[in-house]
Amino acid sequence: MSATTTTAAQRADHARELRADRSAGRRRVGTVAVYAILVLFVVIYIYPFLVQVATSFKPDVEAIASPLSLVPRTWTMQAYNDLLLRSDFPLWLRNSVIVTLLVTAGRVFIDSLAGYALARLQFRGRGAVFAFLIGVMAVPGVVLLIPKFLVIKQLGIYDTFAGMIIPLLADAAGIFIMKNFFESIPKSVEEAARIDGAGPFRTYWSVVLPMATPALVTLVILSFQGSWNELSHFIVATQDPDLRTLTKGVAQLASGGLGAALRYPLKLGAAAIMTIPVAVLFFIFQRRIMNTTTGAVKE
Amino acid sequence: MSAVPAAPARQAPARGARRSPSRRSGVRGREAVAGWLFISPMIVILGLFLVVPVLMAAWVSVSDWTGRGSPLSPDVGFVGGANYQKLVSGGGLATQDFGTALRNNAWYVLLVVPIQTALSLFLAVMVNRKALRGRSIFRTAFYFPSVTSSVAITVLFLFLFSASGAVNKLLSYLSISGPNWFADARGVVHVVLGAVGIHTGPAALTDHGFLGITWWEWLAGPSVAMSVFILMAVFTTSGTFMLLFIAALQQISGEVEEAALMDGATPWQRFRFVTLPMLRPTMFTVVTLGLIGCWQVFDQIYTGTQGGPAKTTLTPAYLSYQSSFEGQQWGRGAAIAFVLFAIIVVLTLVQRFILRERGVPRRRRAVLSTRSGESAAVPGAGAQR
Repeated sequence: MSATTTTAAQRADHARELRADRSAGRRRVGTVAVYAILVLFVVIYIYPFLVQVATSFKPDVEAIASPLSLVPRTWTMQAYNDLLLRSDFPLWLRNSVIVTLLVTAGRVFIDSLAGYALARLQFRGRGAVFAFLIGVMAVPGVVLLIPKFLVIKQLGIYDTFAGMIIPLLADAAGIFIMKNFFESIPKSVEEAARIDGAGPFRTYWSVVLPMATPALVTLVILSFQGSWNELSHFIVATQDPDLRTLTKGVAQLASGGLGAALRYPLKLGAAAIMTIPVAVLFFIFQRRIMNTTTGAVKE
Repeated sequence: MSAVPAAPARQAPARGARRSPSRRSGVRGREAVAGWLFISPMIVILGLFLVVPVLMAAWVSVSDWTGRGSPLSPDVGFVGGANYQKLVSGGGLATQDFGTALRNNAWYVLLVVPIQTALSLFLAVMVNRKALRGRSIFRTAFYFPSVTSSVAITVLFLFLFSASGAVNKLLSYLSISGPNWFADARGVVHVVLGAVGIHTGPAALTDHGFLGITWWEWLAGPSVAMSVFILMAVFTTSGTFMLLFIAALQQISGEVEEAALMDGATPWQRFRFVTLPMLRPTMFTVVTLGLIGCWQVFDQIYTGTQGGPAKTTLTPAYLSYQSSFEGQQWGRGAAIAFVLFAIIVVLTLVQRFILRERGVPRRRRAVLSTRSGESAAVPGAGAQR
C-alpha cells in the first residue's frame, strides 16, 4: 500500500517537474499566498484563547478598556484569588473531577465488556442487541433531556451523584469503537487461553484487555472529554448547589452569578481553568485524537 | 483442563457438532451466559436511561402532568394530541414561541451547515497540500477549539462580542462601530433591507403567517445575537470536520490525480471534477452530522442568552427545557422534544435523498458502487446505496 502511493507520488512529482519551469514563478507566489491564508486562519482560531488567558490576569477595568491586548498592563491574580478562595469554584471543580473519573472508569469497563461480547462471544440475540445499539445512536441527546429527568426522578436518584454518573456510564459510540478493535485482533491468542482453561471473563480480563491498550486509551480520552464537558445532563439530574459541576457553575457565572455581570477576568479565568484538563489531554494524545476522529467514521 | 476436549469443537464447529451435540451446546451455553452477562450492564443503562425515558416522555406529551408527583400516578389525565395541537395551531403564546424557536433554529441550520462544510473542506485541502511545512501545527490549531467545552467557548464569545469587546475594538480600527452583539434582536436580513430603505414588509408578508409569526418575521434572518452563535458553531466544529475531510483526501490515490494532471486539467478542474466527486461520501457524513448537531443547540443558549434578546436566540431544544423546568408545562415540553426528533429524522432522510448519487448513468453507477464496495474504507458508502 505504502509502496504504491510512493511510486504514484513520485510519478506525480515527475509530471509536475515537466511543467515546472513554466509555472515556477507563479507557483512561488501561490505558495506564499497559501501560507499567508493558513497563518491568518491560525490567528483567527488561536488568538481568542490567548486573549482569554491574558484577560484573566487583567483588572476588571482594563479588560473592558483594552480587550485585544495580549499583555496586561497591570498584572493581577485577583480573578483567580476570588475564584479559588472566595467562591464555590473549588467545590465545582471537585464535583467535576469525581464525576469525570468515575464515568470514565465505568465507561471503559462497561463499553469494553459489551464490545468484547458483541465481537467475540456467540449468543442468541446478538444481532438484535446490535440493532438496538444502532437505534439508540440515532436518538438525538437533546430530545432526551426531559425524559431523562422523569426517569431519574422516578428512580429516586435525583440530586445524587448516582443520578449524575450512572446514566452516563454506557455509550453506544464507545461500544462500537471497542467492538471494531476486538474484531481486528487475531483469535488465536484467546483460543490458546481457552485451551488453558480460562473462562470468558478471565480471557477478556487478563488476555484480551491488555492487548487492547490503544483502543482503551482512545476510549479514555473520549469519555474524559465527554463527561468533563457535559452540561445538559447535569442540568436535568441535579438542582442542589452542592452538586454543581464546573460546566454548570461556570454557565451560571456567565449569566451573572456571583455579581459577575461585568467581571470578565473572573469568568474568563474560570473558563480557562476548565479548559486546562482537556487541553493537556489533547496535547499529550494529540496524534491519537486526530487519528480516532477520522478512524471512527471510516468504520 | 476440563476445557481441552472442547477445543476441537471450536476449531471445526460443523464436524464437532455432529459428533457430540451435547458437548457443543455446553460450550455454546457457557458462552451464551457469558455473552448476556457481558452486555447486561450496557443493556440496563441504555434501556433505563434511553428507552424507558422515551416511552415515558411519549406518555407525558399526551398527558396533562404538571410536574407534581409521578407522571404515572392515576391522577394524571390523558389529553390526546392537545399539547401538540397547541404548539402547531393554538395561535397563542405557545404557538408563537414554538414558531419563533423554529425560525431561529432554521436560520441557524441554513447558515451553519453550508459554511462549516465549506470551511472545513477548504482548511482540509489547504492543510493536505503535499509541499506544506508545519502541517501538524496548522492541523492542531484548527482542531483545538473543538476539544474545549461549549460552556467555556460561550463564556469566551460573550466577552469577545460584548459591547466593548475585542471584536468591536477590532472593527473600530476600521472605523466601523460594531453593534452590541448579544443585545441586538434585529434580524440580519431586515438590517440589510433597512440599509436600502425598506423598513416594513409588503402586506402580503406581514398579514399572513405560519405558526403564530408573520412571513415577514420568518424572513427576518437570524438576529445579530444569533449570528454570533452561528459564528461560534462554525468556529468550534470546522476543525472536527476538517479531520474527516483530511482522512478522505488521503484515501484518494495519487494515480487518479496524476491522470487528471496528464490530461492537462487545471488545479481548479482537478479539484472540481476529480477530488470533489470522490469526497461525496464524506460530504454526506459531514452534512448529516452537521444537520443533527445544529438542531440540538442548547448549551450555548443556556450559558449565553437564555433565549434573549426578544426571544431571537430561542431554539426548540431550549424552549422544550424552559417550558418544562421553568414553566412547568411538561406536556408541552415533551411534545416539543418529539417534534424536534421528527424534524431531525425527516431532514436526515430528505438530505439523504438529495445527496444520493445521481447524474451518473446507470451503467457507470454500477461500476462505481462495486468499486466503493471493494474499498470498505470509503466512509458512508454503504449508507448511500
